[in-house]
Amino acid sequence: MTRKRLSTAVALTAAASLLAMSACTTDPSVTEDTGSPAASAPAETTEAAQEWFSQALYDEQFEQRTADFQGDEKQPWLQYIAGDMSDTSDFASTGAKKVCFANASISNPWRQTGWITMNQQLKVLQDKGVISEMETRDAQDDSNTQIADIDYFISEGKCDAFVISPNATAALTPAVERACETGKPVVVFDRGVETDCATTFIHPIGGFAWGIDSANFLTSKLQSGDKVVALRILPGVDVLEQRWAAAEKIFKEKGIEATDYFTGADPTEIKKIISDELAKGDVQGIWMDAGDGAVAAIEAFEDAGKDLPVMTGEDELSFLRKWKDTGIDAIAPVYSNFQWRTPLLAVEKIFAGEEIPAEWVLPQKPIPAEELDDWLKRNEGMPDGHYAKFGGEDLPGYPEVWQKRQIP
Amino acid sequence: MSTILDPAAGRAVLQQNRAGRGERFLRGLRTPGGGVFVLLVVLLVAIVIQNPSFGEPESFIRFIGRTAPIAIAAIGQYFVIVSGEFDLSMGSVVTMQVIVAGNLIGDDDSKVIPVLVLMFVLGAVIGLINGLVTTLLRVPSFIVTLGMMLALLGLVLFWTGGAAQGNPADSFRQIGRGGIEDVPVLEIIPYPVIILAAVAVLAFWLMRRPYGRTLLAVGDNDVAAALTGARVWWVRTRAFMLSSLAATVSGILLVGYAGVHPSVGRGYEFTAITAVVLGGVVLGGGRGWVLSAAAGAFALEALFTLLNFMGVASTWRNTVQGVIIIVAVAAAAQSWQRKRRGGSAAAHSEQQRITAAPEPAEGTDKGGN
Amino acid sequence: MTTTSSAPRAKQTAQAGGFFARLSSTQIVYLVALLVLIAGSILVATTGRNFFSPGNISAILTGTSVLGFIAIGQTLVILVGSLDLSVSYVTSLASLIGAGVMANQSGNVPAAVALALGISAVIGLMNGLIVAGLKVHGFIATLGMGLIISGYLATNYKGSFGQAPLSFRLIGATGLGPVPISTLEMLACAALVLLMLHRTRIGHHIYAVGGNRDVARMSGVRVPGAVIAAHVICSVLAGMAGLLLASRLGVGSPTVGTQGGYDLLSIAAVVLGGTLLAGGKGSVVGTLGGVLIFAMLDNIMSVLQINPFMKDVVRGVVIVVAVAVYARRTIVTRPPRFGHGGHQQEIQP
Repeated sequence: MTRKRLSTAVALTAAASLLAMSACTTDPSVTEDTGSPAASAPAETTEAAQEWFSQALYDEQFEQRTADFQGDEKQPWLQYIAGDMSDTSDFASTGAKKVCFANASISNPWRQTGWITMNQQLKVLQDKGVISEMETRDAQDDSNTQIADIDYFISEGKCDAFVISPNATAALTPAVERACETGKPVVVFDRGVETDCATTFIHPIGGFAWGIDSANFLTSKLQSGDKVVALRILPGVDVLEQRWAAAEKIFKEKGIEATDYFTGADPTEIKKIISDELAKGDVQGIWMDAGDGAVAAIEAFEDAGKDLPVMTGEDELSFLRKWKDTGIDAIAPVYSNFQWRTPLLAVEKIFAGEEIPAEWVLPQKPIPAEELDDWLKRNEGMPDGHYAKFGGEDLPGYPEVWQKRQIP
Repeated sequence: MSTILDPAAGRAVLQQNRAGRGERFLRGLRTPGGGVFVLLVVLLVAIVIQNPSFGEPESFIRFIGRTAPIAIAAIGQYFVIVSGEFDLSMGSVVTMQVIVAGNLIGDDDSKVIPVLVLMFVLGAVIGLINGLVTTLLRVPSFIVTLGMMLALLGLVLFWTGGAAQGNPADSFRQIGRGGIEDVPVLEIIPYPVIILAAVAVLAFWLMRRPYGRTLLAVGDNDVAAALTGARVWWVRTRAFMLSSLAATVSGILLVGYAGVHPSVGRGYEFTAITAVVLGGVVLGGGRGWVLSAAAGAFALEALFTLLNFMGVASTWRNTVQGVIIIVAVAAAAQSWQRKRRGGSAAAHSEQQRITAAPEPAEGTDKGGN
Repeated sequence: MTTTSSAPRAKQTAQAGGFFARLSSTQIVYLVALLVLIAGSILVATTGRNFFSPGNISAILTGTSVLGFIAIGQTLVILVGSLDLSVSYVTSLASLIGAGVMANQSGNVPAAVALALGISAVIGLMNGLIVAGLKVHGFIATLGMGLIISGYLATNYKGSFGQAPLSFRLIGATGLGPVPISTLEMLACAALVLLMLHRTRIGHHIYAVGGNRDVARMSGVRVPGAVIAAHVICSVLAGMAGLLLASRLGVGSPTVGTQGGYDLLSIAAVVLGGTLLAGGKGSVVGTLGGVLIFAMLDNIMSVLQINPFMKDVVRGVVIVVAVAVYARRTIVTRPPRFGHGGHQQEIQP
């Protein structure tokens, strides 16, 4: 009996979709070509471990690490690698504009820090009369919600420009394309999408560069046969998976034994994992795909009475402070947090008619031991969850807003 | 009730009371509440086979120390579950307490005591709210504590801007991280082990007190309990308070063990409930032994450790965990099922009160025989 | 809302309530929904927007579709006295299987839909067998099943996978005026389930088993059959939600179900809709009201640009307060909780 109901339901679904195809208010932008070959490419490769590694991207980001950046070094958030530029002269107009921002989430300290910086940047541009207001919808890490958010902006927002920080690459591509079709400028930053319709796509060099910087540091300090424990936050997020894909390749090449774990960034998990690994045998290195929770990893070594490892963390202050306290051999790879300033500045340039890079690659320099003291000094008084390279020192509200983590 | 009059059941009861101590012990192990100890031993042996150094006293006592927070949480959750309710807000309470400690104590040693007091008050108040809304407003506890879980975490993150200021003073962290050093054989007795022991003894004692008996009765049949004069609402409300206070203690230990971070405590409610159920406590209330709940937590942690030692691929861990939970609980359910034959559930709990034996492995508190 | 929550003693019941007490819980749900609607239209108007504009209505209804599918299934499982915490993983899995098999070919759509729903049904069958056959509580059985699926997903799918063809993506992007096709499909499913609950034997059995398992068994109801049927339908509906997400996203995703938090949210929506968590009493229509309340709430909070952390606070408070509104109306001598069999008596107005 149940079966029958189910088949009826299926039949009804099919009927409804037929109906859908024949008439109605189909979104005009849902067209055959959105299913770009890029989107379907992962479908063919079934071998799990290989999916995230792309030799072309690896090579490109390897080069970009040492590339020349245009612009003032004092303002890294405006620097870029020379390349194709977007002509924005059609957008040039005067008056304060309304920006609509579809944010993936503020569910981790990195995104929270960036979000604070972005709001302070907004204040500057509002005072200058460039932006009238920024309407923000936060998808709370849900792609489906973010698609609805973007559609809402298109139909109801009366937006002059879209800023989108996508939750997922492939899933948000159609929605970003719909935003592009409004003819208004679209700025995408952080995680990308599989279309180049946006006016500019802003991002630091990328996950592979992170993996290369961190793994090269570890392999330079360790010998073949040494053991590295890799602490990863969660599977399936491209920016994180690319970090590991690059690092794993390098560890393999150099004969380093690497075991990876998913921790959910929970220090309790991290400490247990490291304790168990230390009970199994010595661990010479720790690799992390994000720095929060790094302190627990070091403390696990301290509590077990073992020699502290060579380690890679992130420019989060909890890690930098623990690094300083313990004097471990470490490097802090950086996924430049100051990129949260760039989208609004890009909007300013767009409406001024200035040309901007079509793909705006921001610098992404790790913090080596010799710069540690400097970055700690520059961020004195900031909370542990703050990121050293947040790049907001010249904005109004510095430093109280970041110290108190005032989230709008 | 009818089976009491049933001569066959009566004979079985007599038979059971006549059994020798050893036999009673073995029978106790076959109950879900006792079975978890068998499961725990099997897991520990498997770990030692995988990695002999785990059997050394020092690593073993450290294992107990690091399991203490979740075991204490499981003990707290036990009170709520055995009274027939759920506490899903536990994880958020842990997170809140961790962040309160991080943000309010800071580097100031003199603030440790006042903030500790504040944390316990906060824990009690949250439990009180959960309990009163559940009992007086008659909202299902699943919903009350789900709402509390969302609201509490949201408030804490809103207050802190998502990340804590930093770790509190070391004197506070010592509670969860330090221990009595230079102990013969063990090298160190971590403070969490001592705190866990104290909590366990307290819980054990509480369940033997009238309050514990009433709690079980309320969980088994609250109408009957109300008719005998128990103030059901207050008995249950206190169970919620015990749960939140246990979460507070876990939080204090975790500040020391792991440090302050907004993801500390995430998923604790599900881990604690799983541990309690693994310990043979029946969801829906009325049956189960408090120390079996703690043993369930140890079994769960031992399982994770075993998976770490075996080098199971990180992505497959959840699957292994899921299979083992289902199998263990199914086995326990079958065992309850066997015991039940020949008598209804209500008669069953009556029956076991008659067969009461002081043997810890089959004490009255677990409500089964 | 305030009329009851401010009422004094728990003893105050049906007789004292007058007009309010004569309402069924489903009617109260829609009354609450109406209140939210009115409050929403006022609040939204203060920002210079129109709550009833086609774009906004479309946004709200889109928000109801995915959760709606899952909550309808969850209603059945809760009615029968169980729970399903594995739905969000089933949703993710179905989206991956659906988009993976389609591989951007319209011709593959029927096969993909059949396979995705078939596998969902098998998972539901296993849930049902574990709950009914092995006597494992639904909470633990489906929590474990969720873990099992999550391990499979993490191992085999790293990120999005597959591609839904245009014909399939249209389902998620088309509407009759402001009403999305996906919402209509969800309502059609709800109608089918409603028919099943009230017109078929299995439907009556689901109510009977949830109401009192022992009595149902003694009356000749095959308890396992009802439990298994409820779990299978619930998983299939979660699978449909996954297919809808595949249609909206254009790809399958291993995290799309957990991202939405559909497991706990669907349970909350069901209880919000007036269904007794202990089982045996409740309705699909009420559940739809619960889903609508959540969708409107999310919409209003997004328009008002409320801090995302505070959004969770509001959600938590609303869930409890809304349930409290009618939870006190009925005297349930056994408090709403889980358990087999028992001593439930209800005094209904």
